[in-house]
Order: sequence, then structure tokens, then C-alpha cells
Amino acid sequence: MLRFTLQRLLTGIPTLLVLIALAFFLIRAAPGGPFDTERQLAPEIEAAIRKAYHLDEPLPQQFARYLGGLVRGDFGPSFQYREYTVTELIVAGLPVSMTVGGLAMLVAVLVGVAAGTTAALRQNRMADHAVMAAAMTGISVPSFVMAPLLILLLAVGLRWLPAGGYGDGHWRYLLLPVLTLALPQIAYIARLTRASMIEVLRSPYIRTARAQGLALRTIVLRHALKPTLLPVMSYLGPATAALLTGSVVIEQIFGLPGIGRFFVNGALNRDYTLVMGVVVFYGVLIVVFNFLVDVVYGLLDPRIRHRT
Amino acid sequence: MTDLSPRSLWQDAWDALRLNRAAMAALWMLGILVAAVLILPLLLPWTYEQTDWDAIATAPSIASGHWFGTDSLGRDLLVRTLWGGRISLLVAFVATGVSLAIGITWGAIAGYVGGRLDQLMMRVVDILYALPFMFLVILLMVLFGRNIFLIFVAIGAINWLDMARIVRGQTLSLKNREFVEAARAGGVPASRIIRRHIVPNLLGVVVVYVTLTIPHVIIVESFLSFLGLGVQEPMTSWGALVNEGAQELETSWWMIVFPGVLLAATLYCFNFLGDGLRDALDPRDRSGT
Repeated sequence: MLRFTLQRLLTGIPTLLVLIALAFFLIRAAPGGPFDTERQLAPEIEAAIRKAYHLDEPLPQQFARYLGGLVRGDFGPSFQYREYTVTELIVAGLPVSMTVGGLAMLVAVLVGVAAGTTAALRQNRMADHAVMAAAMTGISVPSFVMAPLLILLLAVGLRWLPAGGYGDGHWRYLLLPVLTLALPQIAYIARLTRASMIEVLRSPYIRTARAQGLALRTIVLRHALKPTLLPVMSYLGPATAALLTGSVVIEQIFGLPGIGRFFVNGALNRDYTLVMGVVVFYGVLIVVFNFLVDVVYGLLDPRIRHRT
Repeated sequence: MTDLSPRSLWQDAWDALRLNRAAMAALWMLGILVAAVLILPLLLPWTYEQTDWDAIATAPSIASGHWFGTDSLGRDLLVRTLWGGRISLLVAFVATGVSLAIGITWGAIAGYVGGRLDQLMMRVVDILYALPFMFLVILLMVLFGRNIFLIFVAIGAINWLDMARIVRGQTLSLKNREFVEAARAGGVPASRIIRRHIVPNLLGVVVVYVTLTIPHVIIVESFLSFLGLGVQEPMTSWGALVNEGAQELETSWWMIVFPGVLLAATLYCFNFLGDGLRDALDPRDRSGT
């Protein structure tokens, strides 16, 4: 197990380095600097600014400085919001993004697994077709289409829910963002669970359990669910990435003060350090989460540990 | 008497597909859609950037000639939605083509050559796979401006990883088959074996994968356009239209409903068609993930 964990760690670290290096050198390769203004600055002022932000150093040294800062949790100053550092902005948006993202993940797993299991147990019957049709909708309708349509219906039309804002995390404000963010993931997890459950239910040990006269409920919950969940488990890594990506538009649509909103504003205002800070932060989150998922998967399924 | 003449894989697949009603309906719908976005803009009296000063932000009506209504600049939404469809579909096909070209080349070489090179190439795929590409593409668009060529390349560059993995797996199982061995014994060079013997046999899997990649690419392009990082005004795409519609939600419902529904319907069709093709071309996996 230790060897397996170390091996996974060895893939994770180069990924992180590639990510940071890509982001860093892309930014330096971009035309136009962050301080290009309409007004021509005096050369000495410009030199002073470049010196203050260490832009006068050779590239490798700048990269090393950036890496060193990252290790200490310092993403550098924001070029747009001059009085804040990128770290402060990320920390400010984090609670909102975490609440919405975490809840969406929870909803996606619970509803997805429940729906997928239901469909598998009623294969080719009405409930199955209904779940699969709903899942197709979840996959086919992107969240940035689903969200405005739901706002139009539930907030503008029926006036049941607020159209946007965070409202200090009251459930009425969270319901739509969490739901629209979770929907595509519910769909994927439901399809995965269904396929996996159908396969597991066909295996000999389940037939044995049935032959012994165990109740279907016991068989599903005690024997079939764990192996069914393995593919779902390995999907959690990509799901995290998808949720983080989706949260960017969801926060934009619902006007939630999360990291995604800073990211979009930073992107539109060419706030290089902020954009890069968020890319690196989310990248690290995704890589770390993938690593954790892998390790847990290894713990649950010994076959994986010994294959590599 | 049963017909004993040889039947190709494609013939079988087509027959299987024809029996799948959802997939056939999807195929028809897509055909109609492509014809509509190509032909209808030529027949309508408006262009995508033309302002009708008598109809600013008006609701859909047959009488005014604006069947989908107009936006806040008085531009006809039907024409804009059709143009958005042109752009979205164009990006989808080109970007999928890019990912196809890179993915097949990469996967077929890694699989056929094997050994160290295979290990190295697949490790690169592993590492890239773990990157949050969407964020890097956004970064790319922010840094280098919004031109459509960059969108093609950027989106294509995301999607080749899956393709490479699938193609490599298939190549591994193909390369020890008799016909490849025969070609090798006959002295055919590796590059030619890959082109003439391996790649044609991969096409079944590739077709299924392409059909499922296209909707994904459409979503990515719409996502970028939605954030204002895609195509530039006055040109438009479905994502950009949905974005404009989302901002005028309370006053002009038609601006979100028409492009949004059309976008969703297109994605539905591709997904149904892809599922149908998979069932038709790959009988092993009918469980439906």
C-alpha cells in the first residue's frame, strides 16, 4: 500500500509542476504587460514598478520566486485589485465556493447513486427508462442553459425562489445554484451506477446470495453496493474538476461572491496574477483530490494496488 | 434461402442503427438542423448584425417578421440563432477533427511501437489528463485574445487525450493479428502498416467516440462564449446568445429560450446518435454508460 501511495504521489507531483510551469510561461509569453496603460509612464517609474514586482529578473529566477511563494501559500499581488493579494481574494471567495461545490458534490453522489440503483433494479421497465431519460437531459443540457431557464421559470415567472445572490447561505438562495451545478454530475453518476450495478447483480456471488434466500434489499445494500461504487469512486476525480469548472459559470449566473466570480472578472480585466492564482489553486485542488481518490480506491480494491 | 454474400461491419452497423428509433430520429433532426443553419440565413431578409429600428427588443411575432423576436439592439434573433448554430457546429467539427488527428496519431504510434516509447507517451497523456484544461484554455483566451483559430486548437487539444488512450488500446490488440503480421513479414514499413492496416480497423471505435466528442466540444465552446471569451461581437455563437439572454432574463425571455433550447436539442441529438452508434458498432458494451 505504501508503495502504491508513493507511486501515485510520483505522478501527481510532475502534473503539478507542469501545470504551474504552463500557466507561468503562458502568461510571460502573452503580448502586453499588466501595466500597459493609456498614458506613457516615465521610464524611471516603469522601471520602479517592474522592480517592485520583480519583473526585471531573468525568467528562471521569477519562476523560482513564484514557486517559492506558492509553497508558502502566497500567490502574489493582484494586478487589478491593487490593495489585495491574490491569496486574500481566494480566501474571501472560498467559503461560498466550498459551500456550493461541496453541497453539489454531496447531492450528486447521493441522488446519482440512488437513481442509478433504482434504474438497475428495474432494468428495462418504466422507472429505468424514466431515470435514463432524465440522465440524458442532465448530460445534454449544460448548466449555463439550465440555470437561466430555471431562474426564468422558478424565480422570474413563479416567484418561488430568489433569482440570485448569496443571502448569507440561506437554503432558498442555495437551492438553484447547487441543483444546477449538481445536475450533470447526478446524470453521469446515475449512468455509471446503473451500468455497474447491472454487471454486479449478474455475478455468481450475488446468485449464491439469492439462492440462499436473502432479501433483495439485504443483497443490494450489503453485497452489491460496495463493488458497484468502485467505478463511481474513480469518477469522483473528474467530477471534482467538472464541478469546479461549472462553479465558475454558476457563480456568474447567480451572482455568488465566490472564487469563480473573481476568476471571470480577472479574466475579462486581464488580471494575470489573479487568473493564474485561481488556475493554480483549482489545479492543485484537483490533483490533490485525484490523489486522495486513487489512494482510497487502492484501499478498497486490492487488485488495483497489485497491478501496477 | 438465406443470403450468404459477405456483409461488412458497416453494413451490419447501419442495419442495427436503423432499428434504433431514437438514434434515427436524432440523425434526421441533425440533418434538418445543419440544412437550416446553412440555408435559412440566405432566405431571411435580415443579417446577423442588421438593426431593425422599428423593432428593438420585441417579442416573437409572425406579423413583424421576427419569428424569434429581436434583441436589445433590434437584431433578428432567428438569424442570429442560425448564425450561432453555424459557428457552434463549425467549431465542433473542426475542433473534433483536430483532436481526432492528434489522438489517432499519438495513440496508434504509442500502441504500435510499444516498449519505452509507449510508456513515455502514455505517461505524458496521464500527466496532461490530470490538468484542469478548462482553466488553462480560459487562461489562453485571456492572454492571447479571442480569435476563432485559437478556439479550434485549444478545444481540440483538450479532447485528444481520451482518443489517444482508446486508439492505443485498440492498436495493442490489433498489432498481433495475422494480417498485420503478414504485412510485417512482407516488409511493409511501420508507418505504412499503421496507415493502411491499423487505422482503418480503428474507425468503428473512432466514429462512436467522435459522435460523443462533438456535443462535448459544443459545450466547451458555448462555455467559453458564455464567459465572453469566445467569438467576438457582432458574430455570435449559441453560448454567446445564451449569455446575452441570461442578462436580459427578466425583460426578454425569448432571448434565452430559443438559443438555449436549440443548443440543448442539438446536444440531445448527438448524444442519442452516439449511444445508438455505440450499440450498433460495439456489441460488447450495451450496458449504457
